[in-house]
Amino acid sequence: MRLLYFAWVRERIGVEAEELDPPLSVRTVAELAGWLAGRGEAYAHAFENPAVVRAAIDRVHARPDSPLAGAREVAFFPPMTGG
Amino acid sequence: MFGVRVQAEDFDAGAEAAHLARGRTDVGAVVSFIGLCRADPDAGEPLAALHLEHYPGMAETEIGRVMDEARSRWPLIGAIAIHRFGRLTPGENIVLVATAAAHRGDAFAAAEFLMDWLKTRAPFWKLEERAGRSGWVAAKAADDDAAARWDPDGAGRDAAE
Repeated sequence: MRLLYFAWVRERIGVEAEELDPPLSVRTVAELAGWLAGRGEAYAHAFENPAVVRAAIDRVHARPDSPLAGAREVAFFPPMTGG
Repeated sequence: MFGVRVQAEDFDAGAEAAHLARGRTDVGAVVSFIGLCRADPDAGEPLAALHLEHYPGMAETEIGRVMDEARSRWPLIGAIAIHRFGRLTPGENIVLVATAAAHRGDAFAAAEFLMDWLKTRAPFWKLEERAGRSGWVAAKAADDDAAARWDPDGAGRDAAE
């Protein structure tokens, strides 16, 4: 699975993209965020308040309970501030 | 003509808006909105620049989805949305939305809807650069409220929950 991070999520984790294979028990966006948070201090810092981190699955906005089944690219980012 | 562009370069708002009606006789109204980078001196040190980060694979697609939603709600003849990325200094253009319709009510409403939804759904993030310091702009609840008012049942806010 390809993971992408943007804005302060990217800054905290320290990379903009990586390939990871989460265990099969990780089935939703929220479970993926929780699994990532356990990968070290930088990840824990990025996901310290999971409610403010948004996600997209294969470039479509997702919710915490969205299933990851078949996802190739998952992105995590703060609330959007464009416009 | 409907179009979405995500680009570093500036745009010519007048030319883009005029293009929506060129060669047609059914357009009665063109509405355009330009969002600009402002110095915001009330917030302390004046802003030196905004850095617009975006999700390259998704930004254009998501604005396209917002455009499709606008087309399903109003009888638009044309619309264009252009969003810039990269480092922008005060006075520079950030975003353009222009709509064309037979009547002004539809063109005004669709343009406002496009901006409200684009702000909360298009994957862009602003980093403010002020006198050597920089910080990410926080999302505003007012923007979520502006997007939500188009949708009493909250369907448009799915991503924002």
